[in-house]
Amino acid sequence: MKSSVIIFPGSNCDRDMDVALKKFGFENQMVWHNDTDIPKSDLIVLPGGFSYGDYLRCGSIAGKSRIIKSVIDFANSGGLVLGICNGFQILTETGLLPGILQQNKYLNFICKNVFVKIKNKENKYFKNIKKEVLELHIAHNEGNYFCSNDELKSIEDNDQIAVTYCDHKGNDDEINNPNGALKNIAGVFSKNKNILGMMPHPERMIDPFLSGEDGSLFFKNLIEN
Amino acid sequence: MKVKVIVTLKNGVLDPQGKAIQQTLNGMTFDNVSEVRQGKYFDIEVNENDESKAKTQVEEMCKKLLANLVIEDYKIL
Repeated sequence: MKSSVIIFPGSNCDRDMDVALKKFGFENQMVWHNDTDIPKSDLIVLPGGFSYGDYLRCGSIAGKSRIIKSVIDFANSGGLVLGICNGFQILTETGLLPGILQQNKYLNFICKNVFVKIKNKENKYFKNIKKEVLELHIAHNEGNYFCSNDELKSIEDNDQIAVTYCDHKGNDDEINNPNGALKNIAGVFSKNKNILGMMPHPERMIDPFLSGEDGSLFFKNLIEN
Repeated sequence: MKVKVIVTLKNGVLDPQGKAIQQTLNGMTFDNVSEVRQGKYFDIEVNENDESKAKTQVEEMCKKLLANLVIEDYKIL
């Protein structure tokens, strides 16, 4: 499978994502934000970081950058688009995903391992992952997912909630909510599940000696599907 | 001409920074402050002499970039 990682000024998880994708067999290429065309890809990744210094709102400037039109066209044609952390924020700012990521409820930058519960496996991102709960890393100041009541109903009705914050047993109640996110939401899909945005970083959990391997499960599943 | 815009969070949307500012004010001598909502202010110089045309353009800017209508409202002054 071929993948492309878009680099914005201020992206800082682009190289980690490149390493992770290549480790699990993707032919990955890096694409600069000021380009207009994306090389032929099966997957486009918007990486984490602080694109354009988080000016105005996180992801808002990147959401209007030159490369974005190609990302939107690719997404609308059914291509797989994955946004991690700042990439998730960018996807909500483009309107490809519903809702928005607001500042964390308690105004703190959170950097720690968390557990997330997989809410929907009827998609390429989680299809054959045996586990129900993954241990992944989060590092963000704006991860507090919010959307209107109507939108919430719509994403619940369409099974668009991808992952929720939980404990190691999968209890996704308020006590396991690190940032105030609505319904503990850590990641959402587009309606037809080809676009996934999530705050946790699977690319940081691909090495048993440094972190953990639940990110490996994510990438292995992705390339096999 | 110059167009001024204020972007604020919609009513009902949690504003943790506003809350922190309110609590700080309460902890100073301003204990009669019951709520603070924080927003953004923009001064936009548009090369356009017709006021209504300029404001129409700024309205488009608000919808497309300056405000995220999921959580924010804008007001052109």
